[in-house]
Amino acid sequence: MEKVEDQNPQQEEDQVVNPWEVSAKDGGKIDYDKLIDKFGCQRLDQSFVDRVQRLTSRPPHVFLRRGVFFAHRDFNDILDAYERGQKFYLYTGRGPSSEALHLGHLIPFMFTKYLQDAFKVPLVIQLTDDEKCMWKNLSVEESQRLARENAKDIIACGFDISKTFIFSDFDYVGGAFYKNMVKVAKCVTYNKVVGIFGFTGEDHIGKVSFPPVQAVPSFPSSFPHLFSGKDDLRCLIPCAIDQDPYFRKTRDVAPRIGYHKPALIESLFFPALQGETGKMSASDPNSAIYVTDSAKDIKYKVNKHAFTGGQETIEKHRQYGANLEVDIPIKYLNFFLEDDAELEHIKKAYGAGRMLTGEVKKRLIEVLTEIVERHRRARAAVTDEMVDAFMAVRPLPNMFD
Amino acid sequence: MAFSKDQLLDRLKELQIEFSLYEHPVVLTVEAQAKYVGNLGGALSKNLFLKDKKHRYYVVSALADTKVDLKVLSQRLGLGKGGLRMAAEEALVEILKVPLGCVTPFAVVNESARHVSLLLDQGFKTQEYCFFHPLSNDMSISLNAHGLDKFLKSIGRDPSYVDLEANPPVGKDQPPDLAAFVPSDAPILSDLPVKAPTQDSTGKHVSAASNSAAVAAKAVKPSGNAQNVKEKPVNTVQPSIPAADAGNFVEELLDRASALLLSEISEDSIKQHSGQLGAEVANNIKKCLREDLKNLATIFKNTAYTEGFYAGTRYQPKRL
Repeated sequence: MEKVEDQNPQQEEDQVVNPWEVSAKDGGKIDYDKLIDKFGCQRLDQSFVDRVQRLTSRPPHVFLRRGVFFAHRDFNDILDAYERGQKFYLYTGRGPSSEALHLGHLIPFMFTKYLQDAFKVPLVIQLTDDEKCMWKNLSVEESQRLARENAKDIIACGFDISKTFIFSDFDYVGGAFYKNMVKVAKCVTYNKVVGIFGFTGEDHIGKVSFPPVQAVPSFPSSFPHLFSGKDDLRCLIPCAIDQDPYFRKTRDVAPRIGYHKPALIESLFFPALQGETGKMSASDPNSAIYVTDSAKDIKYKVNKHAFTGGQETIEKHRQYGANLEVDIPIKYLNFFLEDDAELEHIKKAYGAGRMLTGEVKKRLIEVLTEIVERHRRARAAVTDEMVDAFMAVRPLPNMFD
Repeated sequence: MAFSKDQLLDRLKELQIEFSLYEHPVVLTVEAQAKYVGNLGGALSKNLFLKDKKHRYYVVSALADTKVDLKVLSQRLGLGKGGLRMAAEEALVEILKVPLGCVTPFAVVNESARHVSLLLDQGFKTQEYCFFHPLSNDMSISLNAHGLDKFLKSIGRDPSYVDLEANPPVGKDQPPDLAAFVPSDAPILSDLPVKAPTQDSTGKHVSAASNSAAVAAKAVKPSGNAQNVKEKPVNTVQPSIPAADAGNFVEELLDRASALLLSEISEDSIKQHSGQLGAEVANNIKKCLREDLKNLATIFKNTAYTEGFYAGTRYQPKRL
């Protein structure tokens, strides 16, 4: 059902990256430079990171420092406007296809929370329960239920309820939101949408008419209860880079209907435990660390299933050092170990063979366990009433404070 | 202040739960009850009021025919082999507010039974209707499991059914499957407003505090409390809103700060920094705790907002 954007996939691209498929060339690593070139987005270099630090008066998030969020479109415009005193709002989302969330799922939300705190801006979070109902063939009730369950994990990431609106498509589509959907839909021909999403004559019409649903949260007029009178407000979308083709289309359409193009800030893919070439799959619990994993599970998974770049024997390891390019514990630490100095030290020592795989894994287990533990405590504090409050169509008078 | 059987029956009617009422002389056992309502087609229930070594209480409600092995149940709850025994009669009266021979799932309606865990036999679901005492043993009511669910939901309980006869292995790699039913440590007599089935932000802080004070990145060893607390999202209570308790919140902050403080001050660090130790420790505390405390504060804020929101949606405008 999901196809590549280009019609001749294998000849031109060795790697495939689109909202439904991500694979590297010949089982190797994803070439992100090539990706940026091909997609036409921009690299987020150090000058951006410094600028963010200056503008927000706080240390930049670990994902920025480590190049996890590494590409963007028009982020400089957002920062320019911000410097002039013009705020923006954040838009991110999740397709609630399963209850089990793993750390990879949390990454865009962790980063978005940082952005909300650092820039003091509001956030809308879209739960595309309709999309999953259609694509994964779930019942309406089940997809709505999953949306609410996922909302709890999302809330547990620490979003500020006075600045955050979470909505599910089944609940919210209609009114001003729907008007924008129709405006967008009028700008995209059937042929175009087939070209981008690879629909065939056998696909049902629900799928064909879905794309505008994910596009219009980029426009402030879709949320009259929040942004009424602020048609000029810009939107920043933190997402993984596989979403780029999607929002590229939205950016095309925006000026045609009189709106600002949404800006994007894009992240790397989070590798599976078994390595970059492995696929993180909901059916293989050992391919990822889940937010419901116990300390024991985490220890087991990292020790038994993490793909490492260590050498086969201790002697060889002391001599040659570890291959940091493929080592998963190092990659995971790159995402989650806050202390830059400590990470540098570990990389040096491990790469030179002075530190053993077991020690690196042990540190990783500590870091992951703390994150999962913190998440679980926060998650336990989320009640159904809190979800209702986050999802209520209500004004957010303090959203820029 | 105990719920009376009349109040219960009224509540059932209010909720439009179908039930039939049978009066009979006081009965103390299932056999005796069977004499009066045994031939009416429904299934009789046997109800046990149990207690574990940490003074936590459980009501186990099963079909009369279901075999309930306390040893197995104890293991499945994660209480070890001999962890469960019948509760004392005084506890029956004080906590469930029912007399001897009258244990019934309906007893959890009482405020005093808030922490009592309820285990229901999945066999109830296969029966058209089942008999229970409605807080008094001179009557029995028969109702369908759905009716029982409706009632339990109305008092904020999550009705969950268990295969009481199952005997799954419990070991290193197979955690006790019923561990979620163990209430978090909170005897009614304590001052702490920690509730078992509800997820308090306060409850969070208290058990988190007792659980791990050290903020330094150490793997947290789940104590019995934390275990339940983590399992809780499944059993979140509906109408009862957890309180954003400023006192507990502050205690949690202070616990973390003092734990970190203690860990920062050691013979070595005193030698290393001597006069500057104060400034050094203060800086470290700020650095380490900043994000953690902000997260706690956000949870507190969200909880308080939710309380207000909930109240606001049920606000009755002034009459003109």
